[in-house]
Amino acid sequence: MCPPLSAVSAMELTLDKITHRYDGLSVLKDISLHIPAGEILCIIGPSGCGKSTLLRLIGGLERPSAGQVLQLGTPPKGCLNPLTYVFQDFALLPWRTVEGNISLVLEDHGIRGAVADRIITDVLARTKLSDFRPALPRQLSGGMKQRVAIARALVVKPAVMLLDEPLSALDAQTRELLMEDLITLWSRQPFTGVYVTHNLSEAVRLGHRIAVLSRRPGQLREVIDIDIPLTERHAGDPRLEAMQVRLWDLMKQEAMAADQELLHV
Amino acid sequence: MSDSPSDSARPVPFRGGGFRPVAKRGAAVVVFALLLALAEWGTRAGWISNLTLPRPSDVAATLVELWRSGMLWTHLVPSLTRLVVGSALGVTAGIGVGMMIGLFSYVRAGLIPVVAALFPIPKIALLPLFVIWFGIDEGSKYALIALGTFTPTIVSTYGAVDNVDRTLVRMGQSFGLSWMSIVRKIVLPGALPGILSGLRVSIAIGIILLVAAEMLGAEYGIGAYILQAGSLYDLERLFAGVLILSVLGVVTSWAIGQLEKRLLRWRS
Repeated sequence: MCPPLSAVSAMELTLDKITHRYDGLSVLKDISLHIPAGEILCIIGPSGCGKSTLLRLIGGLERPSAGQVLQLGTPPKGCLNPLTYVFQDFALLPWRTVEGNISLVLEDHGIRGAVADRIITDVLARTKLSDFRPALPRQLSGGMKQRVAIARALVVKPAVMLLDEPLSALDAQTRELLMEDLITLWSRQPFTGVYVTHNLSEAVRLGHRIAVLSRRPGQLREVIDIDIPLTERHAGDPRLEAMQVRLWDLMKQEAMAADQELLHV
Repeated sequence: MSDSPSDSARPVPFRGGGFRPVAKRGAAVVVFALLLALAEWGTRAGWISNLTLPRPSDVAATLVELWRSGMLWTHLVPSLTRLVVGSALGVTAGIGVGMMIGLFSYVRAGLIPVVAALFPIPKIALLPLFVIWFGIDEGSKYALIALGTFTPTIVSTYGAVDNVDRTLVRMGQSFGLSWMSIVRKIVLPGALPGILSGLRVSIAIGIILLVAAEMLGAEYGIGAYILQAGSLYDLERLFAGVLILSVLGVVTSWAIGQLEKRLLRWRS
């Protein structure tokens, strides 16, 4: 079912001096970053530092004021949508069932009928959603909704997954379960991911590398590598705790300053 | 200060509840029945004169007579045809134009002032103009009802399109959906609740205009029937006609309710 691992993540992204302004308000400044294939890069930063904006720029939903996002290499064969998002608020169509929400992104590629059926069955099995196929979004819990959104993202065989605070709308227990699911999905079939979050424990659990942004205008403060394999990371691991403390030290001043800023919007 | 703990233990007074309408079955029927009984009693006992209000039982008898003689259908069929044809034209065009306003900035900038100028015109004032344009027959009545339902449908449609969750549109774009797919699969279904609730208003306006048009020039139709009755001071027939209109309103409202139930099953 799954394509060979080497074919999955053949595309890399490079951010070249990204600067972004909204009506004169500088949001991001001079961000250069390399996103290697097959790894998850976490982007963390205080609220309002432009993390989500950066992700929208990476996926082409917005145009940077200066600088550019470069794709290196070609997306793998069979990839329908190279840069694919998972949104914080799930963005499921409430009038479509779980199956309909997933087939939505296949229909435009002419995948229908038996072929679509087989693909959907496979992706629902991978995300443990097989029993929920005919359910409507309003019948699902938050965690299940996000699983559907992840299934929808996986079904287009993305070269890079762009995850915009995917677990922030969920409660702590569900978040833990979904983190484990994401790790399982990644270890079964490594994908390139950009994972934006303000939650440090998510970052140290899921990130191969963590990019720390400063408060607005967001600048790259530091990029930290975590060498522990994803599958060996568990909640309460002292090495991860130490890493989290280090990140918090980096961010604390910024977060406090960001908290006390007046909003001019 | 309380004397002892057991003494002071009492249930916390309930302060919540209310402010949430609950469906109470049959309440409307009871109110209707009471009002009718009051009118019947008053007209029989004499403290309501026959010129003030007709006796409900007489109105009922008039309705039965109307039905028996077959005149009910003679009046109802042309009225219904006018309403259906006119509002179908107006609503279809209104949804089309409303979608365009919702989707294209230039259309919005160009047409919203025009719609704002058209909306408050009492459409019945334009009937003479329509008679010249579309003839004294059915054409002018269709046009009047179409125009009357057109403007409110536009306003409710573009309002509904504006309210479609933009994150869903972004999602569609992020998955590379074509513009047509986004409109057809995301914008239109997302706007449907607003369009349907606007439809209630549009159809009600359609019924008002139907009667007005029929009063101004029609041989058959509920409006013509009411006008005849009114000019003869035949209150029983007048009320019978008004009753038919009320039923028409209730039935269309119920039909739209059914439509909403079918099409908006996804809503909680």
